[in-house]
Amino acid sequence: MTDLATDFLLELRSEEIPARMQDKAREDLARLFAAELDRAGMKAGEIVTYATPRRLALIARELPAETAAVREETKGPRTSAPAQALEGFLRKTGLSADQLTERDGVWFAVLEKPGRKAADVLAEAIPAIVRAFPWPKSMRWGAASASTESLRWVRPLQGIVALFGDDVVPCEIAGVVSGAATVGHRFHHPGVITIGSAADYVEKLRACHVIVDQDERRAIVRERASALAAEAGLSLIADEGLVAENAGLTEWPVPLLGRFEPEFLSVPPEVIQLTARVNQKYFVCSDASGKLANAFVCTANIEAADGGERIVEGNRKVLAARLSDARFFYETDLKVPLAEQAKKLEKIVFHEKLGTVADKVERVAKLARWLVEEGIVSSSLPGEGRGPVGTSEVTERSASQQQPSRLDPGLRRGTEELADMAERAARLAKADLVTGMVGEFPELQGLMGGYYAGAQGEDAQVAEAVRDHYKPVGQGDEVPTAPVTVAVSLADKLDTLRGFFLLEEPPTGSKDPFALRRAALGVIRLVTDNGLRGSLSTWLTKAVDLHLETCLRSLGRTVPEKPMYLEVQGDTRRLMSEGAEVLCFPVAADAPFYGGVRAQGLHPASPVDFFADRLKVQQREAGVRHDLIDAVFALGGEDDLVRLLARVRALQAFVTTEDGANLLAGYKRAANILKKEGYGASPTDVIPAEAGIQTPGDGDGVETTAALDSPPRGNDHKGAMEPAEADLLAALDAAEPAAARAVAAEDFEAAMAALATLRGPIDAFFEGVIVNDPDPAKRARRLALLDRVRTAVHTVADFSKIEG
Amino acid sequence: MILTLHDYWSARGCLILQPYDMRMGAGTFHTATTLRALGPEPWNAAFVQPCRRPTDGRYGENPNRLQHYYQYQVILKPSPADLQELYLGSLAAIGIDFTRHDIRFVEDDWESPTLGAWGLGWEVWCDGMEVTQFTYFQQMGGFDCKPVAGELTYGLERLAMYIQNVDSVYDLAFNDAGVSYGDVFHENEVQMSTWNFEVANTDTLFDQFRKAAAECENCLEAKLPIPAYEQAIEASHIFNLLQARGVISVAERQAYIGRVRDLAKGACAAWIEKNTPDWQARYSGWTL
Repeated sequence: MTDLATDFLLELRSEEIPARMQDKAREDLARLFAAELDRAGMKAGEIVTYATPRRLALIARELPAETAAVREETKGPRTSAPAQALEGFLRKTGLSADQLTERDGVWFAVLEKPGRKAADVLAEAIPAIVRAFPWPKSMRWGAASASTESLRWVRPLQGIVALFGDDVVPCEIAGVVSGAATVGHRFHHPGVITIGSAADYVEKLRACHVIVDQDERRAIVRERASALAAEAGLSLIADEGLVAENAGLTEWPVPLLGRFEPEFLSVPPEVIQLTARVNQKYFVCSDASGKLANAFVCTANIEAADGGERIVEGNRKVLAARLSDARFFYETDLKVPLAEQAKKLEKIVFHEKLGTVADKVERVAKLARWLVEEGIVSSSLPGEGRGPVGTSEVTERSASQQQPSRLDPGLRRGTEELADMAERAARLAKADLVTGMVGEFPELQGLMGGYYAGAQGEDAQVAEAVRDHYKPVGQGDEVPTAPVTVAVSLADKLDTLRGFFLLEEPPTGSKDPFALRRAALGVIRLVTDNGLRGSLSTWLTKAVDLHLETCLRSLGRTVPEKPMYLEVQGDTRRLMSEGAEVLCFPVAADAPFYGGVRAQGLHPASPVDFFADRLKVQQREAGVRHDLIDAVFALGGEDDLVRLLARVRALQAFVTTEDGANLLAGYKRAANILKKEGYGASPTDVIPAEAGIQTPGDGDGVETTAALDSPPRGNDHKGAMEPAEADLLAALDAAEPAAARAVAAEDFEAAMAALATLRGPIDAFFEGVIVNDPDPAKRARRLALLDRVRTAVHTVADFSKIEG
Repeated sequence: MILTLHDYWSARGCLILQPYDMRMGAGTFHTATTLRALGPEPWNAAFVQPCRRPTDGRYGENPNRLQHYYQYQVILKPSPADLQELYLGSLAAIGIDFTRHDIRFVEDDWESPTLGAWGLGWEVWCDGMEVTQFTYFQQMGGFDCKPVAGELTYGLERLAMYIQNVDSVYDLAFNDAGVSYGDVFHENEVQMSTWNFEVANTDTLFDQFRKAAAECENCLEAKLPIPAYEQAIEASHIFNLLQARGVISVAERQAYIGRVRDLAKGACAAWIEKNTPDWQARYSGWTL
C-alpha cells in the first residue's frame, strides 16, 4: 500500500484564536482526526499539527488511497429452525432469503463492504470534526446567526484548505467551501496564496511571513529575547508561559527591547514584573546584581519598516502609563496604616456563615497567639530551614510537649514576645485586601501587605509573616520557617479548614471552591517541615472554640472566659460554661445555623480523616507507602503528624528487610487463623470493625472470648507447652514491653528491632506446633498466643493494613 | 479624526448618530447598541459617546487613565464577514501605518454583568496599547442575539495619542491654535476625581439608586421599555459612583450588580415583547 500512500493537509483558518487555546486545539484536532480515520478503518503514518493565531492545521502523512474492503459475516439460525427465526434474522440484517449463504446447516448473512476512496472519507470527516470541535468557548456570527443552530467556532471561520495529495477534498461547512487557497501574514502578505500540497505548506507560508510551526516561533521568541537582553548587558527573566503566549499571538514574532524610566523602580519589583507580564505580555530583565532592570522585551508581529523604533516607543508609553498607575496605588496605599485598612475588613464577608474577614482575622490572631503560648510554634523550630529568629532564647525541646509555665522566666518572656508578634502579624495579614494595589492585582495579596508593613515600621518578622502567611500555596511552593510566619500561616489554614468542616462543606470530587485540599496540604507541610509537635485534633478543637466566639458575638452574646461545652437535652442543645447557659438552640433541620454551634452539636465531623487522605497523597510523592500510613492511623489516637510520619518511615524501612517481610507474613498467617476461628481483635486495640469483630453464631465464640479475657501470661501454662510455644511466649514477654517502651520514647527503629526478635520464634511456632489441636485447651492456648502476637505487633502498627 | 471615522463608516452604510445624553460607562449602553442589538432587523450605526468611569479617575495624574473620555462606537448587525478588514481600513483612514505599528488582536471576552450581556472578541492592540474593543455580541439583556452584531469601540484619546505621538493625553492638541486636551479637561478630571472618590454624598447616592430602580419598575409596568432602560442606565452609573466611594462591600457588590442587571434585563424583555409581533411579521421564522 505504501506506494499509493498520500499526504493530507487540512487548514482551518479563522479570525484570531486566543493564544491560550491553541495547544489544546492542536491536540483535539489530532485526536478527532485520528478517530475519524479509525472509524473508516484507515490509519495515518504520522499526524502533525500546527497552530498560529489565524490557523489550525493538520498534516496526516501516508494515508492509503482507499480503505480496505471489509467482509462481515453474521451467523443466523439453523436451516432447520422455525420460519419466525429466519424472518427475524432477515429483518435484522435487512436482507432477503436468497441473499443468505448456507454452511453446515446454518444461515449466514455475508456483507461485503467495498473499500472507500480516502478522499470521500476525508470529505465527510472534515465537517464532522469542525462540528464536534470542543472549543472551551465558541460563538456564532454573521447573517446565519439569526438561528442559534448556526455553526459555532472559536471565532468566525474564514477558510478551509483540504488537500489530499494535490487534489482538493471538496466539502462545505456553513458556507465555507474547501479549496487550496489561504492567506499569508495579515500585514506583510495580505493576499491570497495557493497551496500545492502538504509538502509545500510550511515553506509557502514562510515565504509569506507566516511561521506555522508554533515550536519554531517559541524558539525565536525565547532565543531572541534572551539575546536582546544579553546585548544590553542584562539577563532575561525566563518565563515559558510568556514565550508560549507571545508565540500564540504572532505569526512572525519579532522581539524588541525597550527601556522604561528608572524612577519607576521605586515600585516593588514584583509589581513591575506582574504588570509587565499580565497586562502587556512583556518579559523583564535583571541587571548584573540580580536586581530588576528598567528594561522590557515585547514581541511584535511584524518586521517594521523602521526597525521597530516606533513600536518600542509605543510600548514604552503604555508600560509607563501602567507603572504610573501602579505607583499611584502604591503611594496611596502607603499613606494608610495597615491597622487602619484592617478596619475595613468588617465590610467584607468571608463566608456568609463564618462571618466577615474581620471575624476571621480575630480568630486567626487568637489562634496564632495560642499556638505560640502552647509551645507548638516556638522561636527555635527544629525544621531544617530557618527564618530570622527574633529572640535569643532557645527553647529546650523534648518529645513530650513543653508547657510555657515550665519554662524559665527568660524563655517565657521570649514566648510572650513571639506571641505578640504572631498576633500583630495576624491582625495585619489580611489588611492589604482592601488596598488599591491588591484590588488591581489580587495575586499580589500578602506580598503588598508585607511591603506596606515594612514601610510603615512594623517589625521585620511581622512584615515577613504578613507577606508569607498564605504560603505554601502549591505543591512546589516554599514552606515558611520563620516562627511568626509559621504561627500565622498555620492558624489561618486551621481556621479555614475547621470552619468549612463545621459547615459540612468538605470538598467532593473535583469541587473544592474554598481550596480546602490546598489548606490541608499547607498545614501538613508546615507541620512536617518545621517539626511542629502536638495533637492536630487539639488544635482543631481550639479553632472550633474560636468559631463559636464569632457566632456568639454575631448574636450579641457575651463570650464566656471559661471553656464552653455542649449539653444535650432531648431536642435542644445548650451551650454551657461553668454550669451557666450561654446559648440554647433547637435541633431541627430548619434551625438557624448559629455559626459553628449547630454543627458542633449535631455533626462533630472532624477534618482529621481528610488530613489523613491529604497526607497519603502528599507522602506518595516522597515515596512513602499509603498502606503504611493507614497501618499507623488505624491504631487510632495518633494525630501528631511528625510522630506519625517518623513511625511510618521506620515501618517502611522495617517491612522491606527480610525480618520485616517474614514477620509480616507470620502476622498475616496468625491473623488469618484468628479470623477463621472467630477470634476477635483484643479489646485494647482500636481497630475498625472489619478487622475482626466476632461473627455472631460462631461456634467458638464463648470459648475464645473467655480465652481472650485471660490470655496466658508469664509461666502459667509452661509445663504443658511445646518448646516452640514456650519460646514464643518468652519472646513476646520480652518484645512487647520493649516495643511499647521504644514507641513511648519515639524510638521507632528500636520498636521495629524489638518486633524483629519475634520473627524467629513465630516461624518456629508455625513449623513445630499445630494450632488446631484436637485438645480444646491446647487449641485455645495457642490461639491466645497468636492473639498476643497480634497485640504485640499492634504496639507499632496495624499490620493488617499493610499490603503484600 | 471623528470626522474621518464618520466619513469612513457612513460610506459603508452606517447611520451617523449623536451621543446619548446621559451619564454612562460605555458606548455599549447607548440604546443604539443595547436595544438595537436585539431582534432580527439589520442595524448599522456609528456615533461618539462620552463615557464616565468614576473608579478610573486619577486626579489628572495618569497619562492615559481618565474618569471621563470619549468612545467611538460602530455597531453592525448582522456582523459582516469582512469586519476585521473593515476595521483595519478605518485605522488606515485615520493614519495608522501598518508597516511601522504593530496591530494585534488579543483575546478579550467581553462581559457586562450589569447589562446581562456577553460576547467574544479581542482588544485590539496598537504597539501594546489597547485602542479598540472588538466584540461579537452573543447575548444582550440575557437574550441570545439573533443575529449576532459586531461592535467596535475605539478609544479616541488613545488613538489620537498615537497619531499625534504624545506621551500624555493632556498633551494632545485639541486644535491647531495651541489649545490642548489638558486645557479643556485637566481641571475637570481633578475636580471630578475628588468628587467621585471623596465628596459625593453617599446617602444621596443610595437614595438616587433606589429611586432610579423604582422608576424603572414603574416604566416597566407602563410597558415603556426605553424610559425603563434609561433608569437602568442611571442606576448603573449611581452604582459606579458608590463603588468609587468605596461604600459597597464585596458581598453587597454582587447584589447591586444583580439589581441593575435585573432592571436592564427587564427593559430588554419589554423591548422584545413590544417588537416581537412586528419582527415576526417582517422576518418569517424569527423566534426569540
